[in-house]
This record gives sequence, structure tokens and C-alpha cells, in this order.
Amino acid sequence: MGNNPGNLKYTKDHEWARKDGGKIVVGVTHHAQEALGDVVYVELPKVGAAVTAGASFGVIESTKAVSELFAPLSGKVTRVNAELSKEPAAVNKDPYAAWIIEIEPSNAAEYDGLLDAAAYEKLLATAK
Amino acid sequence: MPKQTPLNAAHRKLGGRMVDFAGWDMPVQFAGVVPEHLAVRNAVGLFDVSHMGEIEFKGPNALAAANALITNDLARAADGQALYAGLLNDQGGFVDDIVAYRFSPEHIFICVNASNADKDFAWMKERAKGCVPVNRSNDYAQIAVQGPKAFALVQRLANKKLDAVGTYRFTTGQVAGVDAIISRTGYTGEDGFELYVAPDKAEKLWFALLEEGKGDGAVPIGLGARDSLRTEMKYSLYGNDIDDVHTPLEAGLGWITKLDKADFIGKSVLVKQKAEGVTRKLVGFELTEPGVPRSHYPILKDGQKVGEVTSGTMGPSVKKPIGIGYVPTALSAEGSTFHVEIRGRPVAAKVVKTPFYKKG
Repeated sequence: MGNNPGNLKYTKDHEWARKDGGKIVVGVTHHAQEALGDVVYVELPKVGAAVTAGASFGVIESTKAVSELFAPLSGKVTRVNAELSKEPAAVNKDPYAAWIIEIEPSNAAEYDGLLDAAAYEKLLATAK
Repeated sequence: MPKQTPLNAAHRKLGGRMVDFAGWDMPVQFAGVVPEHLAVRNAVGLFDVSHMGEIEFKGPNALAAANALITNDLARAADGQALYAGLLNDQGGFVDDIVAYRFSPEHIFICVNASNADKDFAWMKERAKGCVPVNRSNDYAQIAVQGPKAFALVQRLANKKLDAVGTYRFTTGQVAGVDAIISRTGYTGEDGFELYVAPDKAEKLWFALLEEGKGDGAVPIGLGARDSLRTEMKYSLYGNDIDDVHTPLEAGLGWITKLDKADFIGKSVLVKQKAEGVTRKLVGFELTEPGVPRSHYPILKDGQKVGEVTSGTMGPSVKKPIGIGYVPTALSAEGSTFHVEIRGRPVAAKVVKTPFYKKG
């Protein structure tokens, strides 16, 4: 319980999404960073790139594995967290502070369709 | 159902994340690859390497029989000395890379890779002359104690002075009251020992080392950090950097290949290859643009694939994306540049001096 903030939305691919005005900020969950292990590289999309719900928008690499990052919703990338290029381990330290991209959603209603914390934690519990 | 080492329960108790490795249920990490890697570089770490195989040659022809199978020269070694060597096929490729321990000319003990143990034993049995090797893999557990504080830790628990046991030397004695082959060897680039003990004594020794090493910061280390540690040293991993098609000369292992010794399997191919010169070489490189090289990524020169990455990681100590791979000889000199194709994108790389990691 309790690793996942209640004010965020989640995906089954272990990304989180936070509403910030009209934009959606996206990162990976505590569970994701724990499963990945030490994050050593984050490959970010370009600002302005189009992303599609459920499709890969970037790559996150740990010492052992390469994993894709999946967009929680469709839209356009408005900002990327370039700090992660210098300090990828920030994802491990505080996955909910280490945002990865900001999306301007093409359909804001997609946000409401994402999992809430309780549903995400239920998903984690059943996956175990 | 993967096989378990005698330390399986200990790993689970210590929070190891278990994975299937070469048919063995092994811990890939405990606290995390980076902290474990740094613990070995700065203090001391314990590795369960009980999955490794052991094959023994005993009898009047032990030395000659074993020596004819490997690239290094046991005849030139002293009793109590260990040698890193290649076990080659008839084409000069690796059946495995091994460490051969010379107890005496009548007793040679060989440590082989877990993934190759059965294959190696079958190969040796078929090809050994005048001596029948015995597979002792089930009779030994193996614990590696590695790091700048490893020597003192093992010494405090040992029943004899270990100062005389230099690098790649070994002795027998007791550690924490457990009979052991005490070998000053390892796979990390750090000082330390590999301890071969009876399986039913492994857990006793493991926890004694952890307890005695508490003040030193001794921690258990998983396969993840074992791999990043050896990669920073450009130590070859069988199945990645060396295999049955690349020769020791191509792999930069000429130093374990004694072409002036008596005949051994693969020798004639290597003599010819040495005379003609190798066409490809295993090099260490670093990326000069962001990215992480991984095994099987293509190596490109002028847009053409000219080789392949065999190992790669973000080196936790060197703090750089480093890789190992085969390239044409013309691209093997230090400072040579090429690209590594990462997810369809060419990323610049240059050949650097290895080991990647140097003390101090």
C-alpha cells in the first residue's frame, strides 16, 4: 500500500500521469523503477513529437535491461525532462518527482480513463 | 525446474531477486547492481558461484592429459598455481574458458563455466588421453570474496597465513572452520579469493563471511554486478565475448595461448592464424554520444555493418557507456572510431585502452 500517490493516474504499463493545467506530465511508477533496477539512461522524444496512447515514446535503460516507455494518452510532447540525461538515477530516487515528458493531450478525456491509485495497486497485487 | 546452489535459501533470506541463469536459479541482484558494484570496488562483496563446474584429472598422466586440452601451459606452472586458459575445439574456437589449478603433476583441477559444464566434461572425456577426468561439479560449492577488504576478511577467518598466496596462486586450509581450496583469483579486477568448499558447508561459510565482514561493509552480490564488474575489466564472458567460432588470438587472449608448448587441440589453426594475422579483433570501446551499448547491437563503419557488440553496459565505476565487440583489425587500434547501431540510430564510438577501469 501507499507507494503510489492518490492524485495521479496510472497505466498497466507502469507509467503515471499527472494533470498540470491543460497538460499531462508523465513518469514511471515506483514499481517500474524497482523492477528496472538502477536506471542509467533515458532516451527522450523530441519536443513537438506526436505520441499515441499505448505506443512507445522513448526508452529507459537500467544496468541490465532496456525497456520501452509507453504513452498514457495521445497528443504532442510539449516538454521533456532533460535533467534525466545527466541524472537518470533520479528515476530511482523519486519516480514521482522525476517526470519524463509533458504531453498536450489531443483528447483530454483519455486522462479520466486511466487507472486511479487504488485500481493500479490492485493490478500490482494481482500480478504478484 | 532450474537447479539450486546450496546457497539458494540464503539468497532468498537476504532478499535476492532470483532469475534463471544457465539453468540455475541465481540472484541477479540484492541491494541493486550499482551499490553492489561499488561495494566490491570500495569494500568487499560475496558472490555465490557454486553453479560453476569442476572437473578433476588425477593420476600419473594428469598434467599431460589436461595440458593437451588447453591453451595455457601447466608444465610451466608451479604446484599451487592456477592458470586461465582456453579449452578449444579443432577449429581453434572456444569450447569454454577455464581456470586450471595445478595441485601437482598428478592432480589438475579445472573450474569451468556453469553453462558449459556438461559439454566440457563430455569433450574432455572424449579427447583426454591417458587419464579419465572426473566431473566433481556436485562436490563443490564456490564463494568468491572480492574487493579491497577481501584479503583481510578471509585472513581473519583462515587457519593459516595467506600472505604467500599471491595472485593466481592457491592453497588448501580452513576458512571459518570449513575445509576449502583457497584461491587468490576472481572475475572483478579486485583482490580477493575464490573458496571451493563442500556444498553442505557453503551456508556456514557464507554467513560467517557476512558476519565477520559486517564492519567492512561486506554485502552479497548478484549476477548483475558480477557482469558490470567484469565488463569494466574487459574480462571475457563465454557466450558473449568468446564462443566456438572466435579464436583466442581474435579475442585478445594471446597471453593465455602458449604456441611454443607441446601440441594442444586447436594449436595448428592458431599457429597458422598467427602467421597470417587475424582479420578481426575483440576491442573495448566507449560511446562518445549518449546511449548504452548492448550485446548484439551492430557495429557500423560508413553505414556498413562490420562487427557486433558482444558486451556493454553503463560502467558504474567508469561512469561511461562502455562496450566490447569484434571489429575488423583495421578498426582495432586505440582511437579508431565507428558507430554502434542503437535502435536503428548510429551512435558514435571510439576504441579505448582496456581495462576500462583502473584503480585509483
